[in-house]
Amino acid sequence: MSSTVTTEKPPQPPSAGQTRAQRSLTARVLGRPEVGAFAAAVVIFIFFTAIAPPFHTVQGLSTVLYASSTIGLVAVAVSLLMIGGEFDLSAGVSVATAALAAAMISYQFSLNAWVGVVVSLLIALAIGFLNGYLVMRTGIPSFLITLSTFFVLQGVNLGVTKLVTGTVATTNIDKLDGFASAKALFASDLDLGFMTLKITVLWWLLFVAVATWVLLRTRVGNWIFAVGGNQDSARAVGVPVRRVKIGLFMGVAFMSWFLGMHLLFNFNSVQAGQGVGNEFIYIIAAVVGGALLTGGYGSAVGSALGAFIFGMVTQGIVFAGWDPNWFKAFLGAMLLLAVLVNLYVKNYASQRR
Amino acid sequence: MVRALAVVGALAVALAGCSSQGGANSANNNSGPAVGSAGGKQYTIAMVTHEAPGDSFWDKIRAGAQQAAKELNVNLKYSNNNDAGQQATLVQNAIDSKVDGLAVTLAYADQVGPAAQKAVEAKIPTVAFNSGISEYQKYGIGMYFGSDETLAGQSAGKKMTAGGKALCVIQEQGSVALEARCAGVKATYPNTENLQVTGTDIASVQQTIGAKLQQDPSITYVVTLGAPIALAALQAAQGASSKAKIVTFDLNADVANDIKAGTIEFSIDQQPYVQGYMAVQALWLNLTNGNDLGGGKPVLTGPSFVDKSNIDAIATYAANNTR
Repeated sequence: MSSTVTTEKPPQPPSAGQTRAQRSLTARVLGRPEVGAFAAAVVIFIFFTAIAPPFHTVQGLSTVLYASSTIGLVAVAVSLLMIGGEFDLSAGVSVATAALAAAMISYQFSLNAWVGVVVSLLIALAIGFLNGYLVMRTGIPSFLITLSTFFVLQGVNLGVTKLVTGTVATTNIDKLDGFASAKALFASDLDLGFMTLKITVLWWLLFVAVATWVLLRTRVGNWIFAVGGNQDSARAVGVPVRRVKIGLFMGVAFMSWFLGMHLLFNFNSVQAGQGVGNEFIYIIAAVVGGALLTGGYGSAVGSALGAFIFGMVTQGIVFAGWDPNWFKAFLGAMLLLAVLVNLYVKNYASQRR
Repeated sequence: MVRALAVVGALAVALAGCSSQGGANSANNNSGPAVGSAGGKQYTIAMVTHEAPGDSFWDKIRAGAQQAAKELNVNLKYSNNNDAGQQATLVQNAIDSKVDGLAVTLAYADQVGPAAQKAVEAKIPTVAFNSGISEYQKYGIGMYFGSDETLAGQSAGKKMTAGGKALCVIQEQGSVALEARCAGVKATYPNTENLQVTGTDIASVQQTIGAKLQQDPSITYVVTLGAPIALAALQAAQGASSKAKIVTFDLNADVANDIKAGTIEFSIDQQPYVQGYMAVQALWLNLTNGNDLGGGKPVLTGPSFVDKSNIDAIATYAANNTR
């Protein structure tokens, strides 16, 4: 990964970029994809801090961050994939696939929990590879390919679980050897003294940092933007389009697997119907965070902000104690607010430039 | 595929990485109750439900129906669709294929009821089960096996005596049965508030319940309407260091363990296994002996309470997926 000359804007450490967006609206910072999402996050944060007292307690913040992290973990990979110009509708269900596979393999064969963890990773990566390979091989839009994967996995999750366990949920695996250490890695609570944080929050921030580094500092990052911007010209200048895209699908599969492991080791067992519907939430997080549905534009930090907005809104509504029957309506309205602020700031930014 | 997996698995077991505890090998392999079979003619019974795939509750209904079918030498044809119109079509399919008996759930009574009525008119013995307690007679159906959701909620509310506020967690938006349970709880425990969560995303269930417990420290009871939701609520309460007691509908092996340990107060068991079992059993009795059960009134399978006093006997059944 030697550093190469990049046609992208000079990389900004994300946190510095955001604070500067607040202080001095330099054109460079305003050009970043996540600036709108950042403004929206600030607005939503102030809004809920004002109306929902538990929101700004340390414990409340910890819940919000946990909720954001379980979305953000997959959303960061999904946003990279979307920058690369593809969709993955199987991301939600494959979370359950990975968790079910790990639980059933380690329990049914009485293996160390880590064996299930590793084998399910291989299964997840194989699914990601298959998604990517089929898209590249057939030229069929990824929307359709992964829609098929979505349905197939949904059926397989239920069918295989039923076949193996006789029920629709896996057996509790918390007595297996290796469970404790795997739980420590994937689902432990970190006592920071002033607050207790789910470890997923740290993993989430770490993966966002890695993704940002890859996107902005490496050749692979340039390739991702190139294949999403214009696949044919990218290929013409020698970008290994097929490898990049298959890699991106496998990246999503990896993060789905990671979240699946969290669910398994947090709850000790998994129900076969889990995860359906979450694929759209990951896409929403990426889009709210500035990724374009057409590809070629977006950022990893943006996906984190999108996930954070989603986490704040879902928990904030509960913290505010609003009528639960209207929950989804509030959720939709708040997301619209976030997107509007996002758009407004972006327009303002481009005018300034 | 399955065989290949099994071979791979067997090899893997032989290799390193075995767990010395807590796996399938160390669990007692109960082969379930002994299987008897009735002689004579084999009847075909169709069971048509509104099951949405992948719910452990339905799993038990099916397990009960299958067990009865096995014991009685009945050919059970199970089909399900969570869409009202499609479920009605499935009932029509059963009539067209001239089954000997029909067991149907009437969650969507207005759409599925008329189809079931056609079966009655075609002289196919028909029973309703699981849902439709107030509608089944309208369509000429003679027997009903299931629970009264409102009554179940009310009895749960009566058993909650600590005072303070109760939170009733609904994991499926717009479900009549779940709303009826919470309304029942509220009827006998007026200080009850509902909370909507997304049942297909268990992490968010935990997060949302946790947030609610942080927002309102006066909550002393969390009432969940499904076993997996109860376990998420338990984690949420621990995470929010709330002292709220957990009360739940339905059982599974983990909930049984928590009742034993005292971390879950009690469970309101609707006995889904019995619902499936009795539906098939009653049809068989009707076909072979002309019986009907319930004297024109619904036969209630619940609410049956499971708490520390009776959990020891019931835990084994829960582990066998029959309770």
